[in-house]
Amino acid sequence: MAKTIPSLADIETITIGSRPPGRPDDGGRGGEQRPPGLPEGGYRLAMLFALASISMLFLGFTSAYIVRQGLGEDWRPFSPPSILWANTALLLISSATLHRARSLLRREAIRESLRWLSITTLLGLLFLAGQYEAWRRLAAQGIYLSTNPHSSFFYLLTAAHGAHLLGGLLALAYLTWRGWRRQLLLMGTPDHLKRYGALVGTVALYWHFMDGLWVYLFILLFLWR
Amino acid sequence: MTQAVATHEPPRSFIRRYIFSTDHKVIGLQYLFLAMAAVTIGIVLSIYMRLRLAWPTERWPLLAKLFPQAMAGGTISPEFYLSLVTMHGTIMIFFVLTTAPLGGFGNYFLPIQVGAHDMAFPVLNMLSFWVTLAGFLVLLAAFFVSGGAPISGWTAYAPLSAVGEIAGPGLGMGQNLWIVSIALFCIASLLGALNFITTTLNLRTKGMSMTRLPLTVWAWFTTAVLALLAFPVLLAGGILLLLDRVAGTSFFIPEGLIVSDKILPHKGGSPLLWQHLFWFFGHPEVYIAILPGMGITSHVLSTFARKPIFGYRAMVAAIFAIGLLGFLVWGHHMFVSGMSPYSAIAFSLLTLSIGVPSAIKTFNWLATLYKAQIRFTVPMLFALGFVSIFVTGGLSGIILGQTSLDIPMHDTYFVVAHFHLIMGVAAIFGIFAGTYYWFPKMFGRMMNDALGKLHFWLTFIGVYAIFIPMHILGIAGHPRRYAETAGFDFLAPLQPIHVFITIAALITAAAQLLFFFNFFWSIWKGRRAEINPWRATTLEWTIPSPPPHDNFGPQVPVVHHGPYEYSVPGAAEDYILQTAPPTAVKS
Ligand code: HEM
Ligand SMILES: [Cu+2]
Repeated sequence: MAKTIPSLADIETITIGSRPPGRPDDGGRGGEQRPPGLPEGGYRLAMLFALASISMLFLGFTSAYIVRQGLGEDWRPFSPPSILWANTALLLISSATLHRARSLLRREAIRESLRWLSITTLLGLLFLAGQYEAWRRLAAQGIYLSTNPHSSFFYLLTAAHGAHLLGGLLALAYLTWRGWRRQLLLMGTPDHLKRYGALVGTVALYWHFMDGLWVYLFILLFLWR
Repeated sequence: MTQAVATHEPPRSFIRRYIFSTDHKVIGLQYLFLAMAAVTIGIVLSIYMRLRLAWPTERWPLLAKLFPQAMAGGTISPEFYLSLVTMHGTIMIFFVLTTAPLGGFGNYFLPIQVGAHDMAFPVLNMLSFWVTLAGFLVLLAAFFVSGGAPISGWTAYAPLSAVGEIAGPGLGMGQNLWIVSIALFCIASLLGALNFITTTLNLRTKGMSMTRLPLTVWAWFTTAVLALLAFPVLLAGGILLLLDRVAGTSFFIPEGLIVSDKILPHKGGSPLLWQHLFWFFGHPEVYIAILPGMGITSHVLSTFARKPIFGYRAMVAAIFAIGLLGFLVWGHHMFVSGMSPYSAIAFSLLTLSIGVPSAIKTFNWLATLYKAQIRFTVPMLFALGFVSIFVTGGLSGIILGQTSLDIPMHDTYFVVAHFHLIMGVAAIFGIFAGTYYWFPKMFGRMMNDALGKLHFWLTFIGVYAIFIPMHILGIAGHPRRYAETAGFDFLAPLQPIHVFITIAALITAAAQLLFFFNFFWSIWKGRRAEINPWRATTLEWTIPSPPPHDNFGPQVPVVHHGPYEYSVPGAAEDYILQTAPPTAVKS
């Protein structure tokens, strides 16, 4: 029964020398080959945690918003500049185009997929420009960051959302650019395609979240009383 | 992001290898050395404060050399005292207690202990360190700008922190730098936390199931989750605070506030809003500081008791319970804020219920020690010290957690004693235990044992000598953050206690020189360490010391055993490596 248990002297051979065949243990992957990279699902998982973190940021802002709203007589909400509706529509459409790009990619229709990715990037850019335009129109009406708490929150929340969206936009632009440059490679090897698909999927997760976050902020700022 | 786990050839150039390295071990050491620099500065600042408290009228021309402007004439003004309080607290809590146990040891040992070759996102990991360092430098810069360092404490309560220069020295540029520094720290911590979580969940090697993770890994993992959810809230608060200061908004500044005979233009904000945001982060933060220490303590106790840790699953559950409850109790810092007595009761009950998982951990530690053949090595002494101090500090927590007792005691030295023991000292003991325990692995040499024991006893007795009397000051009603007791008759008789504490603090601080000497001397001159000098079980003890660039070489370890299989009946040795073949003994 009691076979020899390794002593200090055996450590070398156990760790560096040949290994006994592993039982099918549960737990992580690994084993005899070269070290595994992060599995594709790992990107998604990391992104989900990152989104949890971002949610906490906006939850912090939201609780401040609600508390501050309940406090003062100085709370004077303005109605949304009409361009915000257009921006919202743009962003919603961009989620749809991104979705289309992904399903095309899954069917290995690389060129079409890249076309829809490019359109998504463009729509994202338009959204940000539109947000900036909304700021300018408000400023023209004399509504600034410090005018009243509602306007403070409007500028703050749109800026925070815009900064996050810009991050997604850069990632999207980079992936699109890489896609156009390497489309032959993508067509050739399923491995590259899989990896590329995982990255696009991860960015898409972020993008849809930013989309939803904007709708939430829009409701918070203008529809929820 | 494209390359998840970096290539495994060590980079050639010095800069890529030691400065802008993506190797988790180098990054871990960078964090540790940053924490060492920070703790040195933090201790020096605390000595300034202690001298001021013990001998309020003395002149210190020599000490004034460090702060020629703030200490013109060689004395510490009450305002400068507050700057010292702020910088000491901020440096210690963020750049020592958060940086060393998580950024330092976590980075170095989490990937090895789960059998990975590096963190999941090495580049993010590198960024995380450099952003932390930038935050540290920005914070220190506050000493050198006009007005000096902020005086609003590590909690930066509004409106003091929000109204700007007009309210006192350091509240101009200094406070802005403080906020920027903390914001950077938040971002860096988020990047780090993401890495810890993904690595633990995704890069475990074959056989390393979640129930075979060392308790250190569980602690780092939970800490990372807390950091991931708590730091964004502080970031949100910090952004609002900065806007109040520089953009004329009124989130935290109420209407009609008069500062220095001037009515401020702000209106309608709520200072309490800041307190809620801050403490929603602040309470989890204290657990971010202590949980890794708990993990290290469990790990070290089991190793040197030569016994499996008692109640592994209960320990994991307790870590999680503490983490979860930690998000629900922030109100206990605000009992005197005028909150409704009903919320106070809720916060009080939730707070006291944290005692349950804390007690579970403590009793499990004691049960691990029960009837054990303890090896009193230096890391073991510090782990035992951790348990002692955690209990002492926890008891005063139970007192403060009750509203009726907290109301008279809030903002007195009793609170200072409580949080220094349980957060400051306990976490530092965890760091020391980790340092003495892992030093042979990190540097391939042993630290000197006799010096280490001397360091332990001086420190252990020293911290009790410093902090036990503070409870008495607090019970007597001595407020915290006061530079002197002159003018308060009821405080005058307490002055000898201040003198005693200061002397104890000087001796304890001097004892840390033993540690620093031991540390640096041993890096070059220490006795060479074997691969597994403590005869421990986890994966880091199966690879050379210091570990090679890619930790495990081309082979990936396969795990067959739990992390704490000590003194298994029928085994030839009193420990079984996690990688040992699954023969003979329980599988
Ligand atoms: C049974 C466990 C604990 C209870 C019931 C407890 C309770 C409390 C209470 C009620 C306060 C507020 C006192 C006041 O300001 O009037 C407090 C302050 C504090 N506690 Fe604890 N505590 C516990 C454990 C811990 C732990 C484990 C840590 C850190 C690792 C910690 C760190 C702190 C800090 C840093 C403060 C003061 C913050 C400040 O005002 O600057 N506590 N604790
Ligand atoms: Cu607390």
